[in-house]
Amino acid sequence: MQFKININGRSTICEAQPEDSLLEVLRRIGIYSVRSGCETGNCGVCTVWLNGTPVLSCSVPVARAEGQCVTTVEGVSEEAAALVEALSEEGADQCGYCAPGLIMAVLAMKRELSMPDEEGIAHYLNGNLCRCSGYRAQMRAIRKFLCAEK
Amino acid sequence: MYRVNKYERPETVEACAELLRSSPRSMLIAGNMFLRMSNINIPLAIDLSACGLDYVRKEEDGTIRIGAMCSLRELEVNPLLRGYCTGLISQAAGEIIGVQFRNLATAGASVFSKYGFSDVITPLLAVDARINLFEQGEVSLEEFLRQPLRRDLLTEIILPPCEGAGKFISFRNSAGDFSILNVAVSSAGGRVRIAVGARPARAALAYEAMKLADAGARQEEVAAAAAAELSFGTNMRGSAEYRRALCSVLVERTLTAIGEVE
Repeated sequence: MQFKININGRSTICEAQPEDSLLEVLRRIGIYSVRSGCETGNCGVCTVWLNGTPVLSCSVPVARAEGQCVTTVEGVSEEAAALVEALSEEGADQCGYCAPGLIMAVLAMKRELSMPDEEGIAHYLNGNLCRCSGYRAQMRAIRKFLCAEK
Repeated sequence: MYRVNKYERPETVEACAELLRSSPRSMLIAGNMFLRMSNINIPLAIDLSACGLDYVRKEEDGTIRIGAMCSLRELEVNPLLRGYCTGLISQAAGEIIGVQFRNLATAGASVFSKYGFSDVITPLLAVDARINLFEQGEVSLEEFLRQPLRRDLLTEIILPPCEGAGKFISFRNSAGDFSILNVAVSSAGGRVRIAVGARPARAALAYEAMKLADAGARQEEVAAAAAAELSFGTNMRGSAEYRRALCSVLVERTLTAIGEVE
């Protein structure tokens, strides 16, 4: 079947079965920034925006994305630039596997919450697992980014 | 992941129910969080995401109606629910895994599936919620949980007017994990309702403890009664004995927290 999805502002026709996950379909068309992780809805590395809302692409049947807007990290590269720099400066990016999902979640948080404190940030990002950094460096980077943006 | 022979995304609840009746092996797709982990063949998948069940609205008498496809994130942040029973339901929903997960998982599926680990059923039981089923009609959640699973379509969750206070506390090995035990207590009009979930069986009310609380017994007595009357089981997250001990502690903490609010 064919599904028409607006991906990063561009109308795209995707060949897929309706039950295929959005994650599978995005990777099939070459968007490898959307990582495949636990595929059980726990790790957050496959986070994309569906109509501006952060979701786990591993758990969205592609049929649900038909006619909708999907945004991956490529679609927010300008908005993400300062965050990427902060992550790099604070040594928060080691293997980098979780970074695209984390960036999508942080940018969604920035849009949703005005100025979250450390507890608010940790709560919002509870669904983004990182097995390298221990989270402290990420927290420093995110706070630096949010303060600079303010 | 499951495989689907035919995938339908109807725009009305009636059309969804008709399709559900049309094939005994058809399946409803709501949040897709649990179903996606199954390895089954589905002859007819009925996607509920387009049939307008994603609302939260308040009636004139204070009743709140939550559409079955309302996300757990909506339960967490919706102003009507944050103001309902001192945010009891929002507190519970906000502790479930991450925002991305909660944006997909739905209230209706959490309730209809009667998951033992559910953090949503426990507070709903504590506020004496009712549910609307397309075939069966309106029924109390308490009654629904006693009934065997049957093919039906949960359309909405109904919260009675509540001017009281509520508190939800869960205990987990780590943030984002399933609860080892969760407790929700509501107190309104001099009546206390105590629900305990993830026992690991599905949530249940602690009737004896509720009677004691209504009679003004001390919190320790109420908590001990809840731990004594409910059954607990053992799984990889904790033993029955551990859960029983936790129950007493968590019930007392919720009662204390409610006392502070009141």
